Parts: sequence; structure tokens; C-alpha cells
Amino acid sequence: MNTTAVPATGEPAVRKNSPGAARGTRRPGRARRTALPYLLLLPALLLEILIHLLPIVIGVAMSFKELTQFYLRDWGAAPWRGLDNFRFAVDFDTPAGESLLKSFTTTCLFTVLSVGLCWLLGTAAAVFMQETFKGRGFLRALFLVPYALPVYAAVITWSFMFQRDNGLINHVLHDQLGLTDSPSFWLIGDNSFWALLIVSVWKGWPFAFLIIMAGLQNIPKELYEAGALDGAGMWQQIRKITLPSLRSVNQVLVLVLFLWTFNDFNTPFVLFGKSAPEAADLISIHIYQSSFATWNFGAGAAMSVLLLLFLLLVTGVHLFFTSRGRKATDA
Amino acid sequence: MHSSPETGTAVPRSPMAAPRSFVWSRRIFLTLLTAFVLLPVYVMVSSSLKPLEDVSSEFRWMPSGLTIRPYFDIWETVPLAKYFVNSLIVAGAATVCSVIIAIFAAYAVSRYRFRGKRLFTVSVLSTQMFPGILFLLPLFLIFVNIGNTTGVALFGSRGGLILTYLTFSLPFSIWMLIGYFDSVPRELDEAALVDGCGPLKALFRVVVPAAIPGIVAVAVYAFMTAWGEVLFASVMTNDTTRTLAVGLQGYSTQNDVYWNQIMAASLVVSVPVVAGFLLLQRYLVTGLTAGAVK
Repeated sequence: MNTTAVPATGEPAVRKNSPGAARGTRRPGRARRTALPYLLLLPALLLEILIHLLPIVIGVAMSFKELTQFYLRDWGAAPWRGLDNFRFAVDFDTPAGESLLKSFTTTCLFTVLSVGLCWLLGTAAAVFMQETFKGRGFLRALFLVPYALPVYAAVITWSFMFQRDNGLINHVLHDQLGLTDSPSFWLIGDNSFWALLIVSVWKGWPFAFLIIMAGLQNIPKELYEAGALDGAGMWQQIRKITLPSLRSVNQVLVLVLFLWTFNDFNTPFVLFGKSAPEAADLISIHIYQSSFATWNFGAGAAMSVLLLLFLLLVTGVHLFFTSRGRKATDA
Repeated sequence: MHSSPETGTAVPRSPMAAPRSFVWSRRIFLTLLTAFVLLPVYVMVSSSLKPLEDVSSEFRWMPSGLTIRPYFDIWETVPLAKYFVNSLIVAGAATVCSVIIAIFAAYAVSRYRFRGKRLFTVSVLSTQMFPGILFLLPLFLIFVNIGNTTGVALFGSRGGLILTYLTFSLPFSIWMLIGYFDSVPRELDEAALVDGCGPLKALFRVVVPAAIPGIVAVAVYAFMTAWGEVLFASVMTNDTTRTLAVGLQGYSTQNDVYWNQIMAASLVVSVPVVAGFLLLQRYLVTGLTAGAVK
């Protein structure tokens, strides 16, 4: 790539008022320098606009249209319907609205449990493995395997384990331990919620482990030395020094885990196939199904927009409280 | 603070020896966790070596007889080799493009002051929030429309999938690389600039070599993202461009589910990523530390 050929098109790619700009722009000799950052950003920007921004704009537009299969070829011709799709989606008296509400509450419960357990396992493992012991490096690599495995390979294995007649879970619970009277169904009915939760935690906790391991390395050693001088035992050190020091790492980690889990499509899709049982009907799967089963893409888009608004709200509230908390501790 | 590449070494918590209660809790906890982690791995490996009767009837911990037949059959039952090549092309191309584009973008953010910098970083990161399902149909429509107007077939092609995947890994890659580039001393590339290097030459001669661990981490992440994605692969591919994520479903026919072959195929498609990941995990931890701790 050649730096001397700098077309002016790179310049206005990003334009938004931000404080502390207008440096170096007046000196003609530096003109090339100021265009360069935009040029470097250009490929990333174009892609983000084409693949992320434009689809969102179109998605929002679609949510206001009557977009059924008749209009799919030329979706621009679909009639505008105002808020009809939204009314349809949140009319909890109809079966469609009722099942959306059910799916939403299921997803909330699922996300809270999954994120909580992932965080708990990740933190406990990281704290227990903070110091060297024999086999620590090996264990660390081993624990990262669920994270490294491709989702479909891992989840398909779990779906085999959860099979009613030839799966490992029923073999252990029913045949070997005799805990159940008859082999249970895990992938249909109410049990499917727990099956999904186990798979999700198995898949998700190593990420928490990875991040918290990284966070632990930034706790100054002096803190522990001071703690030891004050006579704090190991458990006390963990409670009084380690866990509080992880606060800012935890704030980011929990938010990321929340967003990923709430939006998770791959795990239920591979575990249950195209039609998830009602008890494990996560919101992404629900939207996918109600879009493609009824070919009512306008309603699907409206549900997606509602989902996005909810996630924006949660993220906003999270950021508001965490940044306020940070200011309070700084002061 | 940025960690040194020596992420493998432990930070000792205290000079004193761990009390018994701690050591025992650690033993019990880590043993249970290891069992939880390894259970599916054991099922995957052992079932892939079982004859079909073993996996069709009641589960058994030990195979009645070992066979490596499934490892030959998997290539016949479905065109696994074709899916494999497709996945390799898609994930490989997405990784290379994503890394190069992320290097440029992260360099700009790390080394230059410009208008809209904060807007760029915030909006790029906020894309992590968007549910994939929201993009699916609009992206489908965009790709079909581009195909109709320009003749560039993106829908159903590998190109469309590459574009999608590389954009998915881009935000996190940029974010991680900004952290990494920030930890490379500015004096290094400034010295190169004084010596008469252009900014790009300084980037590739000085900054990139110094940030190799971060770049490896980003590459691993981008590859894993593309290799494991299911939703877009299942909608945006056709018979010739199908990837492993969708192809693996081909082992269940109406009458039979070849679980031993599914397990063998799962193992075969996992080996490249898991091996690569475990070899490079040290870099990933370092890269995460640099990015996450800012």
C-alpha cells in the first residue's frame, strides 16, 4: 500500500463533534498526516457500515412494514404498517404475544442462572489456581478446551449424552444410580431448560476463568504481603483482597457474559434443532422460528428491535451504575 | 498496567504456606471441575471408536469392541472433505482480512488523535450488543440486492460468509489490538519515523513485530469465531459452499443417527482449532490482559 496517494475521500468518513479536535489541521504540511488515520480506519468503517449499521437500519425499517412472503422479492414495496408489528408482538392476550413473553422470561431466568454459574465457576477456579502447584499449567489448558471446541461439535456431543435411550446422562441417573423411575426426556419437555443450562455453563465458564485469570495478575503483590503481615489467613486474603480487587474486571465480564448468553442462538439451535421445546425457547430461537415458520418477517423484525431496546436499556443501566460506583470509590 | 508475556507464571498470593482447608477445597473443587469438563470429551472420543450397535443401544462406558471404521465412514456418509475445505477457506480468509483490517484501525486509534475517535471506538464496541438474529434477514436482503444490481453473488457464496464473519470478529479484534499497540512504546515507531520511514512502514517494521502476541491472539479469536458460527452458515450457504457447522447435521438420516460417526466427525473438525488454541493460548491470555485491563 502506498501512503503518498491519499484521496480526500478518506476524510469525511467519520464526522462528529468531539472535544479537543482541530490540531495540526491548519498547517498544510500536516494535511497528509491528518487524513491518514481516517484512511487506516476506512476498511473497518466500510465493513461495519455494510454488515452492521446498514442491516440494523433496514431491520428497524422492516419492523414498521407488513413484510410477509408476498413482499420478500421486493421488500421496499411492502406497505408501511406503523406500529402494528409491535402491537402484534406485545399483545399478550394473543398466542403470539403470550409465547413471546414466555420466551422472554425464560431467557431472563436462563441468562441469570447461566451467567451466575459461569462467573462462580470461573472465579473459583481462577482463585484456586492463582498459585503454582503441580499440574497447574496442564489444568489451565484443559479448562480452556470447552471454550476452544467449535460450538456445534461440543453441543452435538451433549445432545448425544442427553439422548433418552442411548445417552450417558440417563444411563448414570437411571440405570446406575436408580434415581429416576424411568429414563427421562432431556431434550423435550421441562427438563430441556436444565439441559440447556448445563451445556451453556459448560461452554461459557472457561471465558470467565480466562478473564479473571488475567485480572488476577494485576493485583499488586504488596497487597498480599501487607495482608499477611496483618495476620490475614489465606481465606481472609481471598475475601478481603482478591475478590474486591476484581471488581472492575467483573463489571465488564458480567456485562459481556450477559449479552452473549442472552443473544445465544448457536447452543439451543444445535442442541434442539430448529424447534426448541417451550421450556428452553430462548428469545433468539423464538424470533428465528416465528420469522421463518410464519414468514412474517415484519413481526420478527419488530421482536428483534424490542430485544435490542431491552439490551440497550440493560447496558445503559449497568454502565450508569458501574461508572457511578467507580466515581464514588475514587472520591 | 500490561502484563509481560510471562503469563504462565503465578503471582504468589502470600509468602506463607496454604492452609490445609485451602489445599483440600482446591483438590475437591478442581477434581469435580475436571470431571465436568472432560465428560463430553470422553464421550466424544470413546463413542467415535464404537461400532454402531454400541451407540444405538443403552450407553456403555466401555466399548464392546474398538473400531476405527467411523473415521473412514465419515468421509463417505456426507461430503465432509468438501465441508472441511469450505470451512478452511471461509475461516482462513476471514481471519487474514480481519487481522489486517484490525491492525490498520487499531494503529490509527492507538497512535493518532483525530475527530470521531471516541465515537468510533464506542460504536465499534457497541456492536457486540446486537443480537445476530437482528442482522440475519436484513443482511440476506442486502446480499441478494447487491447480487441483483451488481452481479456480485454474495448470497450463498463463500465471499458473503467471509465478509460476515470478518466483520463479526472485527470489533473485539480492534479493541484487543488497541490495548496491545498502546503497550508498545511510542518511541519505537517515532524513531522509525525520524529515520525516514513512512507511517505504514513504521507500523509493519516496528509496531507489528513488537505486538506479535496480540496479533496471534486476535487471529486465533477470529478463526474460532468463523469456524464455530452456526446461524449465518445455515442460512447463507448452499450445497457447494456448505461449511462444517451445517454439514455435521447430515449424519442423522430419517431412520438412523450415526452417533459414532457424528462423534468421530466432531473430533476431526475440532482437532485443528483445539490444537491451535492450546498451542497459542498463552498469547490469547496475554492479549486479553492487555485489552481488558485498560
